[in-house]
Amino acid sequence: MASIGSIATAPLRASREGDKNAKSIVFLGVLWFTVLFSVLSLAVLLVTSFLDGSTRLDANLFTRYSSIVLPELAGARAAILGSALVIVLTAVMAIPLGVAAAVYLEEFADSRRWYNKLIEVNLTNLAAVPAIVYGMLTAGVALSIGLPRRVVLTGAIALALLILPVIIITTREAMRAVPQEIRQGSLALGATPLQTVWRQTLPAAVPGIATGSILALSRALGEAAPLLLLGGLVFVSYDPNGLFSGYTVLPIQIYNWAKEPQLAFQQVASAAIILMLALLLLMNAVAIVIRNRYQKRW
Amino acid sequence: MNASTSSRFAALGASALLLLLAACGGQDDSSSGDSVSGEVVADGSSTVGPLTSAAGELFKEEQSGVNVSVATSGTGGGFEKFCQGSTDLSNASRPIDEAEEVPVCKDNGVDYVELQVANDALTVVVSAENDFVDCLTIEELNTIWGPESEGKITKWSQVNPEFPDEPLELYGAGTDSGTFDYFTEAVNGEEGASRSDYNATEDDNVTVQGVSGSEYALGYFGYTYYEENADELKAVAIDSGDGCVEPNPDTAADGSYTPLARPLFIYVSKQAYAEKPQVAAFVDYYVANDAEIAEVAKFIPLSDDQRSQLEDAAAGLDSSA
Repeated sequence: MASIGSIATAPLRASREGDKNAKSIVFLGVLWFTVLFSVLSLAVLLVTSFLDGSTRLDANLFTRYSSIVLPELAGARAAILGSALVIVLTAVMAIPLGVAAAVYLEEFADSRRWYNKLIEVNLTNLAAVPAIVYGMLTAGVALSIGLPRRVVLTGAIALALLILPVIIITTREAMRAVPQEIRQGSLALGATPLQTVWRQTLPAAVPGIATGSILALSRALGEAAPLLLLGGLVFVSYDPNGLFSGYTVLPIQIYNWAKEPQLAFQQVASAAIILMLALLLLMNAVAIVIRNRYQKRW
Repeated sequence: MNASTSSRFAALGASALLLLLAACGGQDDSSSGDSVSGEVVADGSSTVGPLTSAAGELFKEEQSGVNVSVATSGTGGGFEKFCQGSTDLSNASRPIDEAEEVPVCKDNGVDYVELQVANDALTVVVSAENDFVDCLTIEELNTIWGPESEGKITKWSQVNPEFPDEPLELYGAGTDSGTFDYFTEAVNGEEGASRSDYNATEDDNVTVQGVSGSEYALGYFGYTYYEENADELKAVAIDSGDGCVEPNPDTAADGSYTPLARPLFIYVSKQAYAEKPQVAAFVDYYVANDAEIAEVAKFIPLSDDQRSQLEDAAAGLDSSA
C-alpha cells in the first residue's frame, strides 16, 4: 500500500519526450480513454442522483423516519443517527487498538521472529479481505458469546475489525516516515524507549495516522454488506439510544429504499445518496487538509 | 460449540437485552393505563417487510413506547432466526418448510402460529408497447421459462407461431428470492427449476426498466411493482385452463388468478406473544387493522373468507397463552 502523500509521481509524457512512435500514442490514447470513462461514470452517477433527489433534499430528510405510509415524507433520521453512533463507536474501538498494534510492530517487535512475520503477512492479507467476510466473522463471534446481532455494538465491532488492518498499515507507514535520528536523539538524551515513542515518534506521526484513520472511517461509513449480514434492520422508527439499541445506517437505508416500487422511495434514496457522497467528500477533504497542513517534511 | 448451546447463549443475551430495554422504556410510559413498551423484532421476506413496517408505523401512533424493527433477510433467513428464538415474528412469502425448518423450530422449543395477512399476485409483464401478447397459457410460460428451453427458445415465434419472429428478452427474479421459488414451482412444476440465460436480479426495479424499454421483453415480479409502473408496463393475463384471468386485487384474493396468486404470511412466536405484552399488542393491532395496513402499504388485502380465517388463527394465540 502506498504511503499517504509521500509519493509524488512524475507524469509520464510519452508523446512529448522523444518517444513518438505509434504504439506509445495508442497507449496514451487508451489511458486517456480509461480516465475519461471513470470520470464520466462518476459524473453521470452524480448528475442523475442529483436530478432524482434534489427535490427531497430538505429538512424532512434529517428530521423524519422512514415511512411506508407516507413515502413522500420519508426521511433518513434513524439512519443518519445510526451511522453517526456506529462510526463513533467504530473509531473508539479501532483507532486506539490499531495505533497500539502498529506501535508494537514498528517500534518493539523483532521482525525476525516467526510469529511477527506471521502477523505481518496476515495483516497485509486482511486488508484485502472482502467486507462481507468480517460480517460473517462477527456474526459467528457474536453468536458464541451471546451478543445480539443487530445492535449498535455488534455492528461497530464488525466495522472496527474491517478497518483495523488499514489503520495498522497506515499508522506504520506514518511512523516509518519519522526519521531514525529523532528516536536516536531522544534515546541519547536518556529517554526510555516508551518515552521516545510516546513523546517523540507518535506525536510526529499524528498527521499521517489521522489521515489514514479518517480514510478508513469513511470506508466504514459507506459499508453495507457486513451489517446486512449481521441482520441489519431496514425499518427503524426510533433513535438508536445506546450500545444495545437496534439501528440502521445510511447505506442500508439507501439499499432498501432503492428496491422499493414507489417512485417516492427512489427519490429519497437519491437524496440520501447525495447526503452520503457529501459526507464522504467532506471526510476525505478533511484528511487531505490534515495531510497538507500538518505533515512535516524532514 | 453445538447449535443448542450457542442458541441458548443467544437467547440469554437477547433476554438480557430485552430486560435492559424494558427497564429503559418503562420509565416513559408507566403513567398511562394500558400502554405498553419495549421492542418487537421482525425478520424475513423482503416482499412482506413493507407490510409489517407499515403496521409498525401505524401502531406507533397508538403506542409510542413500542419500537417495531423490521429486517429483510429473506423468507428462509427469517425462519432461521425465528426458529432460534431470536425474532418475535417472521415475515414469509411461502409457508414454513415442513422438512427443513419446522424441525429446527421444534428443537428450540419455538411454537408458532401462521397468519395470512395479505395476498400477492405474481405478475407477468411486457412493455406497454407490446401489441401481440395479452394472455399466456401456463404451457406457454413453461416453454419460455423451463430449464429445457435454455439456449433453445430464443424467439417469440417458438413460443406461439402467431407471435413475431423476434428475439425473446427475459427478465426475472434472482435465485435467492421467494418470488423465484414460487414462480418456478408454479410454472415449471419444481421449485428452483428455471432456465438460467435470462437477466436475473434481486432488484425488481431493474426488471421494470428492462421490460419497459423493449417491445420484445418479458419479466415477472410482485403485483405492487406492476401497479406502480402501470403506464409503462402491460400485465399479461394467465390462462391455466379456465380462460384468461388478469392479475388484480379481486382475482388474487378470490383464488381465480391461479397458479400465480400467493398468500403472504407472518409467523408469530407463541412464547413471544405470551411473555411480551408489546408483541401481543402489536400482533392484535396487526390482525384487527389488517385491511387498512394492506391498503396504505399497497398490498392486495384479504377477502372476507380469508379475513375470518385470519381471526380464527389469531384466536389460537390467545388460547395457548
